[in-house]
Amino acid sequence: MSKHVLLVEDEPNIIEAVSFLLSRDGWSVSTHSNGHDAADVIRAKNPDVLVLDVMLPGRSGFDILEDIRSEGVCRDVPVLMLTARGQTKDRERAERLGATRFMTKPFSNAEIIETLHELSGS
Amino acid sequence: MRRETLTGSRIRERRLINGQKQADLARKAGISASYLNLIEHNRRRIGGKLLLDIAAALEVEPMSLSEGAEAALLGALREVAALNPSADCELAQVEEFAGRFPGWAGLIEALAQRQSSLEQTVVSLTDRMTHDPQLAEALHDMLGAVTAIRSTSSILVETDKLEPEWQDRFHRNINEDATRLTEGSQALVAYLNNETSDHQQVTTPQDEIEAFFQRHGYHFALLENGGSDKQAQDGIESMIASAGDLLVSASARAQVQRLLARYWSDAQAFGFDAMLDDVSIMGLEPASIAAKREVDIGLVMRRLASVPGPILQPLMQDSPYDIAEAGLGLAVCDSSGTLTMRKPLPRFALPRFGAACPLWSLYQALSRPLIALRERSQLSGRDGAPFETLAFAAPVSIPQFGAVPLLESHMLMIPLSASGAAQSIEPPRPIGISCRICPRDDCAGRREPSILASGV
Repeated sequence: MSKHVLLVEDEPNIIEAVSFLLSRDGWSVSTHSNGHDAADVIRAKNPDVLVLDVMLPGRSGFDILEDIRSEGVCRDVPVLMLTARGQTKDRERAERLGATRFMTKPFSNAEIIETLHELSGS
Repeated sequence: MRRETLTGSRIRERRLINGQKQADLARKAGISASYLNLIEHNRRRIGGKLLLDIAAALEVEPMSLSEGAEAALLGALREVAALNPSADCELAQVEEFAGRFPGWAGLIEALAQRQSSLEQTVVSLTDRMTHDPQLAEALHDMLGAVTAIRSTSSILVETDKLEPEWQDRFHRNINEDATRLTEGSQALVAYLNNETSDHQQVTTPQDEIEAFFQRHGYHFALLENGGSDKQAQDGIESMIASAGDLLVSASARAQVQRLLARYWSDAQAFGFDAMLDDVSIMGLEPASIAAKREVDIGLVMRRLASVPGPILQPLMQDSPYDIAEAGLGLAVCDSSGTLTMRKPLPRFALPRFGAACPLWSLYQALSRPLIALRERSQLSGRDGAPFETLAFAAPVSIPQFGAVPLLESHMLMIPLSASGAAQSIEPPRPIGISCRICPRDDCAGRREPSILASGV
């Protein structure tokens, strides 16, 4: 049975490319593109791995991460955070809030696939 | 730094003007001629009673021998030493050093000033990268497009036997993202060019507003000459329309419109000639002027800040102020402390981003509304410029039972001359511009480390 990855990202063409890439790699992919209700969607879908962008419309990825780590079924889900800002303080903040990995845009296809395999233990 | 500006040189110069022999002056001052010779050649420190005796023998004021550039140089050297404690400078010999090697001392001061200027540039650039939302948004968009292009193009290159419909879709996506990237990069270049092509470094709506007001010297003769509301409104719109690339954002234009409408209203309530008359009679006393004219103190402060320095200074004969260059500075904030009107001075910059120094009387006035505050203050840092600040906060909302009124606070910054600052009995209160460029480590109001003190 394929592993389930949820991609929370607001750039439609990134969503399409990464979804295609991961699907061809054998993942079951679902996506969501706004921050308002992302925490509820994440809990409802309860993925094996979560890919979470930092800058989202409505609510930041940091706030969403803090929310899902505080309670519910996704407290321990591996989270790969994506950001266009590679600043150390952002990385430290992500780690403090419970991110498993942190990746700076632009990333390569090989990087994201390799990282997701590591996070899912597959 | 010329040697002639030092105390010993001044003594020698005055003695020669008086036609006195060195031996005669030495005898009158109760010292040997050889010792006076050392003093005149700035080889020995002089102060206290001996300076008074020599001044008396020369029949001049002691201050005329010691004030001015020498004190400024010594102050600058001490400050450079304090900011570089690891250098372990011999502070006890600073006067001897400045006296014996005035050229080197002057060079150190000049280099320190140059360093300060560069540090401020770094602060400005750092703040822009950190806080400029337009720049952050533009970079985020561009990196998003780059990420999509990179991922999509890799799929096209690396995927064997990609279905035609997927190929078409990804080609279309790349085209979209490439277009977006092109537009974004062009907009970013235009934005940065705008900033670098103008001496005023226009980058944000607040910068645009400041550049516009600076171009007009914060004085709008068109709005001082009476006329109808319609004429004033037409004049304001004409000025905004002719501002060209100074006012590029809708936000800046809207704010300038509001500020100029207020300027017009202020000028109607308190005319320019009446203001000059009041200042020449009453001095820089906004509260007294406001009482006489039955207008708000804040209005008087805004009006005073609009008077060009060359007009204001002659009205203030024998005043302790040094306002000929740029007149009075002004900062206005709302109840949140956000600066809503800024007129910086050459030696009293106002922060472009982030919050200002919490020690300003502007903010103290917010907690003591309707009390007029006046104090002598000195800016931290190498310049250490002395100022007198007048601050006053008053409600701007209609009072209602059970509701805390919104306040607006005004602060006038009045540069003091060196002699004016020396007249102060109480030591001036140290203040800063903002924490990031303030070297005072022991400040209770510090919010973040200083980039100057710690290199953060």
